[in-house]
Parts: sequence; structure tokens; C-alpha cells
Amino acid sequence: MVIALWWSVLFSGLYHGLNPAMGWPLAVSAALMERKSSALVRSLALLASGHFLAMLVILLPFTLMLSLLRWESEIRIGAGLLVIAMGLYLLVNHRHPRILARVHPARLAYWSFLAATAHGAGLMLVPIYLGICKANTAEFGHLASQTLITGNISIALSVAVLHTLVMTLAGGLIAFAVYRWFSLKFLSSAWMNLDTAWALSLVCVGAFGVFSAL
Amino acid sequence: MTLRPDSTFHATAQLAMQAPIETYGFVVMLSPDGSQPDGIAVVDLDLESERYGSIVHSLIMPYKGDEFHHFGWNACSASLSPLAGHAFLERRYLIVPGIRSSRIYVIDVKDPLKAEIHKIIEPEEMLAKTGYSRPHTIHCGPEGIYVSTLGGGGEDGTDGPPGIFIMDCETFEIIGRYELDRGKQDKHYDFWWNLPQDYMVSSEWGLPPQFENGIVAEDLLSNKYGHSIHFWDLRKRKNIQTIDLGANHQMALEIRPAHDPKKSYGFCGVVVDTTNLQGAIFTWWRDDDGVWQAKKTITIDPRPEDPENLPPLLQGFKAVPPLVTDIDLSLDDTYLYVACWGLGEMHQYDVSDPFNPKLTGVVELGGIARNTRHPNGREFAFGPQMVEVSRDGRRVYWTNSLYSTWDEQFYPGTEGGQMVMAHVKQNGGLALDPDFYVEFPDGYRAHQIRLEGGDCSTDSFCYPNV
Repeated sequence: MVIALWWSVLFSGLYHGLNPAMGWPLAVSAALMERKSSALVRSLALLASGHFLAMLVILLPFTLMLSLLRWESEIRIGAGLLVIAMGLYLLVNHRHPRILARVHPARLAYWSFLAATAHGAGLMLVPIYLGICKANTAEFGHLASQTLITGNISIALSVAVLHTLVMTLAGGLIAFAVYRWFSLKFLSSAWMNLDTAWALSLVCVGAFGVFSAL
Repeated sequence: MTLRPDSTFHATAQLAMQAPIETYGFVVMLSPDGSQPDGIAVVDLDLESERYGSIVHSLIMPYKGDEFHHFGWNACSASLSPLAGHAFLERRYLIVPGIRSSRIYVIDVKDPLKAEIHKIIEPEEMLAKTGYSRPHTIHCGPEGIYVSTLGGGGEDGTDGPPGIFIMDCETFEIIGRYELDRGKQDKHYDFWWNLPQDYMVSSEWGLPPQFENGIVAEDLLSNKYGHSIHFWDLRKRKNIQTIDLGANHQMALEIRPAHDPKKSYGFCGVVVDTTNLQGAIFTWWRDDDGVWQAKKTITIDPRPEDPENLPPLLQGFKAVPPLVTDIDLSLDDTYLYVACWGLGEMHQYDVSDPFNPKLTGVVELGGIARNTRHPNGREFAFGPQMVEVSRDGRRVYWTNSLYSTWDEQFYPGTEGGQMVMAHVKQNGGLALDPDFYVEFPDGYRAHQIRLEGGDCSTDSFCYPNV
């Protein structure tokens, strides 16, 4: 089970990375504007930092809540419902928040943080994260709660790092390929509207969270 | 909601040039005396079509007296770009403002032959939400559709400065004013931008009392029309610099930034220099210190003329001023087209070096005291005015009316609406197509042209050319 959950962290990274809405086209744009591939790397790093922060901002509060061991399954059910709600909201409301349009195109870390947060990218990881913590608690249940919290924090960090790393690699690869080989024609020829798929993913992950807690 | 991006989304200007060529054009039909409602004519531009070069549909409005002038698309390559945040919009609606009535029509042209009115925004709503009147230029931008206006509140539009307001790009609800800090800007006309570099440039015509009932000669001779261009921090909505082109440079109108967003320069046309009647083009650019600069790079001389051949307004000058009323830049940033509405000439300049434009082509057609005929032998009323260039840069279309009351002053007693087209030769140069000549229905004049799928004064690009 734990292994499968870690795989889903990997998979979610791949998914977010390939999804243009998480920003790889901006890295292509930066590289083309400055006519050097180092701009691509720098932009990806900025996008990654924003995304990483968006993960932590969501995961860490749940880490703290988990210290209330007695409420563990309620927290997991609540988290699952929250993720489902976010998915349903995005299903109904296809409009993207206007604040994203107000961000200067060069402020990539900020943009990435807002985009990830607004699209529930961090939330998508919560049920997976809670599942890993649960397995961890079951294994080391005899340990003091202080140790558990420390353990959960390090899991949160690992989840965020692993997810962001895979995301950046996947997004980076596609950005580099478009920059170097495919040309920007790729943007219009290969692009699909993932909004609905994304919202449904949130609903599925949330449902998984709820059921695994029951 | 659609699954794939609109087929008219082009990431770069280069890709837009390679896209399939236009098959329809949309042209404003203006009833100059308001005796009939204005409309939008759909012109068949499909070379394969039997009805090529004719008006195949016209949508007439329910009200009279709107005075259509400029108009634009609800979405261009910038907002169709899936990263714009409203992914998978369609380029489907024309936003058509009436500059006299302040009414705005949203027209659905998904099927151009069945174009229909989708929504009407009444002047009261615009005034209440923005304090502006006389809507004019349309561009789709970062937060929605941006609309420039020529007037403020009050009966004559002078209560408060004119400016830009933003409309939602899906519901067409008016959101509110654009400007947070307008600086010295107190008149308005055109605006455009560079999205990745995050700047906007705007220009000035005059306030409504200076144009609605005709050009005010005293105001012109005392240099009271607009002569400044304004540079804005686009997303901070703040005027960061105003350049006064010199008070004698009256009416700084069309703003044409380079299409490739890597470049930080563009052009602005000035109608008339009151010291010598010349028309002028300024090149504006951002210098190495990040400061905006502007320099006159093209001048066009007036033509001496016997006063008895001239309209009363010009008799004292014994000359025909060029009257640079519209300019347009090809998508490869190579050719700038300059309409000399007074002279009756369309100029083509090679602006690959934007500081040293070279005149590469001239077409004579119409004109004050000249009335050059079209190669097909027919008359062309007024002179070349609103110009639009095809995406591939091979065809240049233009119409002939400037503005109802001004037409009358510069070309008294003239009537008619025509649209013509010139082919661009391989290495520059311009030649009218003798067979392309669209005559507008009786009582209608022709103004701005929009090409299906975008044109050279619509699309902004988020990605630089490769």
C-alpha cells in the first residue's frame, strides 16, 4: 500500500508537470525571449519553487492536525471531502481566477504558487499524503507522538520534494523539447483542454481519501 | 467549452503568417447622416468562391445613429493561448462600439453568413460603470477585453477624462475602469501593448467637442488636439511616462507596436504637423536605460494646389495635407502601410530598420483635388483610409471614410463606400488588384476592416518569433 501511494506521488508529479497549466510554456517563452536555454532552466527552477511552496502550504497544516491522533479518521474524511468539493467546484466553474492575469509574466515563482493553489494542485496530494502517514503510524504506532509529528513533517517534505522534482523534470523535458525541436506549433497542435480531467482527478483522489479512511 | 484550442490561436506572429489565408472580411457600414442604422458587411475573400470580392451578408443594427468606427475581436492569439487563464475561448464575437451613441454590440460571427447580435450594452450601463463614453478601440488583454473611449461623462463627454475600461471576455459584462494612475493622460484614442514585456502605449485624438461636429479649425491651428503618447505599466495599470511629440504634431493616432514581443519599439502616426502640413510617423522605443524615447522617422509633404480646387477649410493653405489617418504593420514587422487620406495615397515603407524607413511603394487612389480612379476605371470616394493587412502580408485591404462629419469638410459633396485591395510584390512594392473593388450599398460608407481569423492590427502574441 505504502509503495503504491509513493508511486501515486510520482505519478501526480508527472501529471502536474505535463499539464501546461502548471507553467512549462512560460519557461519556453522565457528561453525564447532571452534566446538562451539557461533562461529555461532558471524559469523552471522558479516555477518549481512556487509549486513546492504551494504543496507545503497545504500539507503542513494537515501534518499539525494529524497530531490529534484521536481524530485521525475524521481528519482524513474531512480532507477527502474538501478535495472532492474542490474538484466539483472546478467542474462547475471553468473560469480561472483573474488574479493570475495580473501577475507580471516574469514573476514565475509567484505565478506558479498562485496557479497551483488556485487549481488545487496541493489538495490533490493531501489524501495520498494522509494515507502514507496512516501507514507510517500503523508501523511505528508505539512511538511517542512527538516522534510521530517529526515523522509526518518529514513525510510531508518528502512528498512535496518528490512531487515537485518529478513535476519539474517532466515539465522541463517537454519545455526543452518544444524549445529545441518541436517549435511552438506544438502548443496549438498538441494541446488538450484538461480542465475537466483535472477536476475529475481531484474528485477521484478525494473519494479515495474518504473511502480509505472509513 | 471546447476541447482543443481555437484554430486561429497562433503562438507567434510567424505561425500566424503561415496559417491558412483569410476567407471573410468584416467591414463597418456607416450611415453618415444617421438616416439608416449602421451595420457590418461580410465580404467574401475566398479566392475559390464565386462570390469573391462581394458583400455576401450584411447585418443591420436595430438602432440609428450609432456611428460605427473601429471594432475588434473578443479574443485573439493572446487570450486564446491556453495559458491565458481562460483556456479554450473561441474567436467568435465582434465587439462593435458606436462612437456617437456609446452603445456596444456584441456580434456572433461563428457562421459569418448568419452573423447575429448576441448582446447589446446600452450607453447608460457603460457610463454608470466606468464614467466613460464614446467607446472606440478593442483589444483582448490580460484581464478581459480592453476598450478605449474618447469621452468622459456629461452631455458633451468632457466631464472627466476618457480612458480604457475592461469587459469580461466570456459574459461581456463591463467590469470597470482600467487606469489606477493615469498621470498626464487626459485625451484618448488608440492603445496597444507588448504582453510579455508588460507595457502598453496609448495615444490621443481630441475630446468629443473637437470631433463630433467636424474638425475645429481654431483648435487645430492653436494645437489643441492630442500630441502626446503615454507609456503604461500594463499590469500595474499605471502611466509610467508621457512623451509629448511637440504641440505642432496634431492628432497622434494609431499605435502599432512590433508584433514580435522580443522587440521594444513601435510606431505612431501623426495626422498633421501644423507648422508645415506634413504628415509624420514617429518611431518609439525603450532605450538601454529603460526610458521610452520617440523620434520622427517619416515625413510626408503636402502637395501645393490651386485654392479654387480645395475645400473651404484648406483654401487658405493652398495645399493638400497628406493627413496620415491610419497605419498598419505587417506581421513580420517589415512593412508599414501609411494611409494618406488627404493626398489620396497609400504608402508602403520598409521598416526592417525602424529608425530608417524606406519608401518602397505608393498607390494613388482618390484624394483631395485629384480623385485618381481605380484601375477598373471607377471612382474612389475620399482617399485611402482604414487599412488592414492579411496575416501572410501579401494583400493589403483598405476603405475610404474617415469620420462622418470630417469626410464632409475635406471632401464636400462626396459620397460612397468602397473597399479595395492591393497585392504586395515579392521585394516590396504595391499594386492595386484591378478586379477587387467592393461597392457599398447606397447611403453607406466603409470604415474599419477585420479579417476572419485575425489580422495585423488584432493579434498580440505571447511568444517571440524563433
